[in-house]
Amino acid sequence: MIISLVIHGAPGATQGPQTALSFCQAALDAGHQIYRLFFYEDGVHNAHALSVWPQDERDLNNDWASLVRRNNLDAVVCVASALKRGVLNEEEAARYEKQAASLDSAFDISGLGQWVDACLNSDRVVSFGV
Amino acid sequence: MKTLTFLARSGPHGSSKPKALLDMVLSAAVFEQKINYIFIDDGVYQLLPDQDPSRLAAKNVSAALPALELYGVDKVYVDTDSLQKRGLAARQLLIPAQTCHADEIKTLIADSDMVFSL
Repeated sequence: MIISLVIHGAPGATQGPQTALSFCQAALDAGHQIYRLFFYEDGVHNAHALSVWPQDERDLNNDWASLVRRNNLDAVVCVASALKRGVLNEEEAARYEKQAASLDSAFDISGLGQWVDACLNSDRVVSFGV
Repeated sequence: MKTLTFLARSGPHGSSKPKALLDMVLSAAVFEQKINYIFIDDGVYQLLPDQDPSRLAAKNVSAALPALELYGVDKVYVDTDSLQKRGLAARQLLIPAQTCHADEIKTLIADSDMVFSL
């Protein structure tokens, strides 16, 4: 089955992102295809490259980025959500004259059009952390 | 073309959920998908006219609802039970919305390809 995920909610603040991560891994293990991960609203915090987690907590930011790289997934953060929350890639940081980029390079910045495209091309679109 | 159903369940102020869902609806509309937009639970408050959240430094998301028609979103529903529980009537609402009961919502969801709820 072709599956896409919409991830709401910041890692560590709500359970949704961790459940999404486990779901994504389980779906891949079961042989399903992940068409796209779409990070929306507070979900964009999952794509932060600058977070530092306490040693006794699971580093969800690192786990997301590794999962995306390991499986070569299409992972998109919503541009409107991301800019507002300071999740910027080099290009956006330069455009808005901000002092640092914060988006992990495993993720791309794009718009809701990518979410619609995921709806059109997936058998299931599953939301987490609503 | 796919049928996407959106459940607006949150009140108009106090979170960004109404705006986040509306943006999804409008994006799907731009791509000409078949859309059901259902207001239920506290989401029915989004349909009340004359809201002014300016003192919250917030935009009035409901002000954008009349534009739905321009986007071709004409399947707008409001849950009768949610209205009744809150002492509201369908004729008070900002935009025309078809009243429906839980059973009809169940059917709309069952007939959808995808459902999003915020």
